[in-house]
Amino acid sequence: MIDYSKIISKTVREIKPSGIRRFFDIANTMENVISLGVGEPDFRTPWQIRKAGIDSLEKGQTRYTSNKGLDALLLEICRYTERKYGVSYDCRREALVTVGGSEAIDAAIRAVTCPLDEVIIPQPSYVCYEPMVRLAGGTPVIITTTEENEFKLTKEELLAAITPRTKALILPYPCNPTGAIMNKKDLEEIAEVLRGRDVIVISDEIYAELTFGEERHVSIASIEGMKERTILINGFSKAFSMTGWRMGYALGPAEIMTEITKIHQFAIMCAPTTSQYAAIEALRSCDKEVERMLEEYDERRRIMVSGFNKLGLTCREPKGAFYAFPSIKSTGLTSEEFCERLLYSKGVALVPGTAFGEGGEGFVRASYCYSFEHIKEALSRIGEFLAEL
Amino acid sequence: MVQNDKRILKLLEKNAHFTAEDIAAVLGDKAEKIAARIKELEESGIIRGYKSVIDWERLDEDRASAIIELNVTPSAGHGFEEVAARIAKYPEVESVSLVSGGYDLSVTVKGRTFHEVCNFVARELATIDSVTQTRTQFIMRRYKELDIELTSDERDERDNVSL
Repeated sequence: MIDYSKIISKTVREIKPSGIRRFFDIANTMENVISLGVGEPDFRTPWQIRKAGIDSLEKGQTRYTSNKGLDALLLEICRYTERKYGVSYDCRREALVTVGGSEAIDAAIRAVTCPLDEVIIPQPSYVCYEPMVRLAGGTPVIITTTEENEFKLTKEELLAAITPRTKALILPYPCNPTGAIMNKKDLEEIAEVLRGRDVIVISDEIYAELTFGEERHVSIASIEGMKERTILINGFSKAFSMTGWRMGYALGPAEIMTEITKIHQFAIMCAPTTSQYAAIEALRSCDKEVERMLEEYDERRRIMVSGFNKLGLTCREPKGAFYAFPSIKSTGLTSEEFCERLLYSKGVALVPGTAFGEGGEGFVRASYCYSFEHIKEALSRIGEFLAEL
Repeated sequence: MVQNDKRILKLLEKNAHFTAEDIAAVLGDKAEKIAARIKELEESGIIRGYKSVIDWERLDEDRASAIIELNVTPSAGHGFEEVAARIAKYPEVESVSLVSGGYDLSVTVKGRTFHEVCNFVARELATIDSVTQTRTQFIMRRYKELDIELTSDERDERDNVSL
């Protein structure tokens, strides 16, 4: 008999499984669930993008591309980033196409983290940062952002977390699950702390396209003095409804991008070729489709937020991503109890805020990547649930 | 028009199920105010009605419909208005539009059977004095109506929860 405990890496074994595994296992095996639980768009990938993928297959474009990605795609990524966020990159030296934003985050963390290095992670946030830092041998330093500050990272919180060992700051805005964004003024304050320090920002901007209202997304790389200390990560999954295509990218200083590309080259070779051709089309001709989806998300967002507030679950206006993050503190239940009981009694699936870090206690995440009718039905069932508590 | 009218109308055009409360949430306005405004829009005839899009082909029910192209001699002084209004009165007629091109009025007609539709065209439409010619095209299958796809069977393949 082989002793797997001697085989499996201690670092890997000690990593907690993502989210709240038991709850997820139950939720995903239940039938007839009215879910507000997923982190991906309900829209299909716009047809012209799918068509571009099909065309590339018909032409037999099925080989590896260069490690960095197709030249045409790298060029479009840089044009898009300049057009949308006002940051310009050299597509030959400062850009890399990755397998989703996730690979870019992983490679960026690995490229900068040495054992004992600290990486600052604001939470509640997406679940991958902490395990990735641990896998890279680093130490995650968690900042718990607060509802009073609209779940933004503040200058004071950052200053309190920085030590001589701080190597990187993960900046996950627009934020899954809180829907928080950082505007120019908020970012200026963060930049003020970081300028003059040897700390790199890994800015996960996967929801950049999905901001609502007056304040649109601002990249920290566009703030003075920050481009040289930022690895900007974005991708196609959320904005273009392309989750399954696994397309993302990283942009940053050539010195770092060379190293990130090395990791990518050995671990991945290149991002999927079909997806790369499809992604070119997305950047070239899908502004209208993105606009249409955004408008739809905005309507649902408003209906959902107003719905939660009417039910007595206080819900701030989420300004980005596609989640509402209402407080369930008034029920006296923990996030996990709330979600589990709601699931069993009414068949509605939400995600406990604690899946995104301890700071998520007292909150639940509800995605509005669902039709209007679906959202209304879920809200009405949540209303019944609250009345029976 | 009141400032929000167009947005109210666009939302209702997209989904007649939107309540005044829903629209108020989307527009950041008061539900009572929106409800009152919708009522005014209905009374002034800007909102003409609400209907459902139904895929009757899924039911075992006899239905037939056709698009009829009509050539019409316009009447002095009234042009096509008089005859179009007259045709619109028939309960068998679903829609009447004046069109550009090789004919004048495009009329959709519904009935229980092909035969019923044919009879209606022959006995009613073709016998109107100003109608000089009719061409009947039976609808064989509907794929999309009022922006709603009738043939797509797209299901939500996503898990119940994912991060």
